[in-house]
Amino acid sequence: MNRGVRFGVGSWGLAIYAILGLVLLLTPIVYTIAFSFNDSVKSNIVWRGFTWQNWATICTVENGAVCNAFGTSILVGVVATLAATALGTAIAIALVRYRFRFRSATTLLIFLPMATPEVVLGAGLAAQFLAAGVPKGVGTIILAHTMFCISFVVVTVRARVSTLDPAIEEAGRDLYASPWQVWWRVTFPLLLPGIVAAALLSFALSFDDFIITNFNAGAASTFPKYIYTAAARGIPAQANVIATAVFLLAIALVVGSQLLSAARRKRLARMT
Amino acid sequence: MAFGAFGGTPGAAVDVDAAPARRSPVALLLLLPGLAYLALFFVVPFVSLVLTSFQAPDPIGEIGRYVTAFRWENYTEVLTKYWPHIVRSFGYALAATVIALLIGYPLAYFIGVKLRRFPLLQALALVLVIAPFFISFLLRTFAWKQILSDDGPVLSVLQALTLLPPDARITGTPVAVVFGLAYNFIPFMTLPIYASLERLDLRYVEAGADLYARPATTFFRVTLPLSMPGVVSGTLLTFIPAAGDYINASSEFLGSAETAMIGNVIEANFLRVENYPVAASLSIVLMAAILLLVAVYIRRSGTKDLV
Repeated sequence: MNRGVRFGVGSWGLAIYAILGLVLLLTPIVYTIAFSFNDSVKSNIVWRGFTWQNWATICTVENGAVCNAFGTSILVGVVATLAATALGTAIAIALVRYRFRFRSATTLLIFLPMATPEVVLGAGLAAQFLAAGVPKGVGTIILAHTMFCISFVVVTVRARVSTLDPAIEEAGRDLYASPWQVWWRVTFPLLLPGIVAAALLSFALSFDDFIITNFNAGAASTFPKYIYTAAARGIPAQANVIATAVFLLAIALVVGSQLLSAARRKRLARMT
Repeated sequence: MAFGAFGGTPGAAVDVDAAPARRSPVALLLLLPGLAYLALFFVVPFVSLVLTSFQAPDPIGEIGRYVTAFRWENYTEVLTKYWPHIVRSFGYALAATVIALLIGYPLAYFIGVKLRRFPLLQALALVLVIAPFFISFLLRTFAWKQILSDDGPVLSVLQALTLLPPDARITGTPVAVVFGLAYNFIPFMTLPIYASLERLDLRYVEAGADLYARPATTFFRVTLPLSMPGVVSGTLLTFIPAAGDYINASSEFLGSAETAMIGNVIEANFLRVENYPVAASLSIVLMAAILLLVAVYIRRSGTKDLV
């Protein structure tokens, strides 16, 4: 019997503590979802009864401000994710596979943006755009988001590259595949899970970013920026609706992918 | 989840220094676009920020216009005027990190060690830990504002139990801000610790018990040291963003004018009153203080691999 996992009095105490921790994590989520059904007028603070109404009016309330901000967030997220994933994956491969000078300087350059507080990143970019006379808007938000996503892509993809056996690619070359073919037919498919994870992380980081966006958005509004500006006068329930929909979609994706990989593991276990 | 990578992934730690043999121009081709991008949008902005931090007001006196100068006084002025905000930021961030650790470590231990025999429950618990990432951070903080507000459920209950006087408030106080900061970063604390506890070989714990160590001794001498890489990543992932945060402390969310942190001052100076040199020099002060603290912390905790 494995003593480490026996359930004693201490274990029950720990279980209760952990469950309370999870409840704490989930409380504001439940609150946010519940208030997407609140029959509210203007400010959505006091519970006034259940309604489906808000779900039908996400794009009409405040002349579509909520909807537009959400659209901008999606656009920014997709473009920044594509750019950061491409740039970051290339760096990750180079870091694991090749020897080059300035290696530690490169690692430092990847690490620093993650260790820098967002206000500093945001203010720095804003100072640069100001000095260069670049007008702030959706374009500058995308440039900023791509920057802070790159490091996270590198870290994520790098972990995957380092588990990849170079012999598999060598086998491809031995069979007279061109470097291009080796990349698309061998390396890329094997790296894909890592690249997808990195892209999802980038999108999530971009979609929820407020601080850096606030410094570089000018008049443009993303979903978080909209919420921040609305907080002073009252956030409309339609913002909760969008957040709820996104939340449910993301959870469905995560649970779905978990079930899929569990099923694949089972199949593999049967085969061997 | 990718945050595990920050805590050091199993294979990565071994391969990182295995010095790949090949030198090839391909490496340069792969590195160049990304590094050029980071140089242009991370390094150059940082230089820009440093230059801005030394700027002097326009001699003609137009508001919001500054000229290139070497005005050291910006720093001394900022430090004398805003030292309470600086102290507050690091104090709040430290308190929030400790609270997040006290909640996150047992949670990670429960999921990573106790739930090992129940893979399905373990997966479910992990989904619940990352669930907050999927709902806007501003909306979650706003939800806490509602829950902790003057006529919200928490305050009413505490007052009904006469644990708090009838005129007591939670929102707008340091308690609310520290709580909000701790709450927002619990997943960032939990996931790296989980990543290192999940791989913990329980035979070490058993060995401790076999040698007649009390459970507490085993924990502090065996389990905790083995999970240190996760604790270091988790505390950094909590402390750094918490020290620079300005959402929780802003008066639209959990704070008030009395709880303003460095982030609030930087935001106000940059985006509202357009006093760029003040915002820039405060940013540099924040950055320098954080880098210094992180360097000392990493050295003392004995972990080197961060990326």
